[in-house]
Amino acid sequence: MILVPEREKEAEKMEIDMLLAGIHKRYGYDFSHYSRASLKRRIDRARENARLPSYTALLDKLFHDENYFDEFLKGMSITVTEMFRDPLFYRGMREAVVPLLKTFPFVKIWHAGCATGEEAYSMAILLHEEGFLDRAYIYATDFNKHSLGKAQEGVYPARSLGAAAANYKTAGGTGDFSDYYNASYDFVKFKNYLKERITFSYHNLVTDGVFGEMNLICCRNVLIYFDKILQDHVLSQFSKSLRHGGFLCLGNKETLNFTAVKSLFEPVDTKQRIYRKWGDADATSPI
Amino acid sequence: MPHPRYKAVVIGLSAGGMHALKTFIPALPAAFALPIAIAQHNSKSSDGFLAEYLDQIGALTVKEAEDKEPLCSGHAYLAPAGYHLLIEEDQIFSLSVDPRVNYCCPSIDVLFESAADAFGESLIGVVLTGGNGDGSKGLKTIKARGGCAIVQNPETAESRAMPRAALKATAVDHTVDLENLAPLLIQLSALQNGDEHDSGSRRR
Ligand SMILES: C[S@@+](CC[C@H](N)C(=O)[O-])C[C@H]1O[C@@H](n2cnc3c(N)ncnc32)[C@H](O)[C@@H]1O
Repeated sequence: MILVPEREKEAEKMEIDMLLAGIHKRYGYDFSHYSRASLKRRIDRARENARLPSYTALLDKLFHDENYFDEFLKGMSITVTEMFRDPLFYRGMREAVVPLLKTFPFVKIWHAGCATGEEAYSMAILLHEEGFLDRAYIYATDFNKHSLGKAQEGVYPARSLGAAAANYKTAGGTGDFSDYYNASYDFVKFKNYLKERITFSYHNLVTDGVFGEMNLICCRNVLIYFDKILQDHVLSQFSKSLRHGGFLCLGNKETLNFTAVKSLFEPVDTKQRIYRKWGDADATSPI
Repeated sequence: MPHPRYKAVVIGLSAGGMHALKTFIPALPAAFALPIAIAQHNSKSSDGFLAEYLDQIGALTVKEAEDKEPLCSGHAYLAPAGYHLLIEEDQIFSLSVDPRVNYCCPSIDVLFESAADAFGESLIGVVLTGGNGDGSKGLKTIKARGGCAIVQNPETAESRAMPRAALKATAVDHTVDLENLAPLLIQLSALQNGDEHDSGSRRR
């Protein structure tokens, strides 16, 4: 005997599909190709917090209450990040990527899914130490306006500094981390010469087009939230955006192995998930 | 047409888990028919060491699960430290760093509940040694979907709280001592749909 028969499961799936379609139609945000298992958990959490009996009841509330939608949207995007997250990645960058980037008169770097900006500031610090921050244009984008606002301010709670300084050292930092910010009370603000090189802006990876001629794209810990179809879409966009020989960096547990663009890229540092694009993005033919 | 009764195994363990893994992983054959997904609470920076070690001590292939990796038989997949491990409807893995569940990441409940959605009655869930209550909600879900629930005998578990919580939450199919886990899994993996001795998992 099975308590939840196939049909009930089918109905639940339909109800979630309807919820997502309704959100898409009403607000333009398309979550239909997010990894369904974790998306469902986040939706369930929102529904339980709002004490609603069903997904259709949730849709009803979302549809008619724009303020509630804003709150819901925050819960849908996971913005966990930190300075020099996965510090060995930055070490890999210094060793395998920076020497090649230095050969260009200027470089364009895109942080896609930058959350509250720590990753972009970490990169700016690294480039500064490598002596070519003034030749770098860093574009950092996200679809969460709330976290983009924080990124733009560049002000972070001082209590995160201990971990940040430790990461900085492990990442191969050559200076003194405290040189990079001004502290006041419980907050620190990164120095202006770092921030000046970064442009933060709104960009939705699902719906928006891409910028061209990038030397390096970092899209770390974003693709895990997408299903294979959306991963392939976003990665093919990245392939078009990257220059020939440009670099793509993924999160620590993300891989091109199960994607359609695998053949366009060559692994540079397998463990740190750094890839280089050699293939022709317009001729994407998954073999 | 007979086909296998079960398609996958999910296992959760916490305090004392290292010893438990060392005991039952090497007791499974290289060609064990069901993919195994394991959520083990662990420190933040273990960096794949545990998977490499377990891979070496037995015939089964053990690795950390990667995002969107398909589940294959003959493999045991560990949740990477600091990530939730989930199984999607199309029976591939997803990772996430959503907030902790039961103060844990990876959380056993997260793995179990997503696996129950993906595999329904074709799933075996196992709760082993541990010092908290993670996994009992997930095991209950597995059971409710018609799957098979196994719990380590709390009396012989290194840490009793987790198996106890699981037993309290669900009427389980099997309570086993650690050394009997691998033989039981092998037996269950050989069952075909409609088999006579499929008594345990049909009980409610
Ligand atoms: C876990 S954070 C990653 C932050 C940083 N890259 C890191 O690795 O620490 C994931 C970010 O992806 C963003 N994101 C999710 N879906 C997106 C989309 N469709 N377009 C743009 N950003 C998205 C979220 O808002 C969130 O800030």
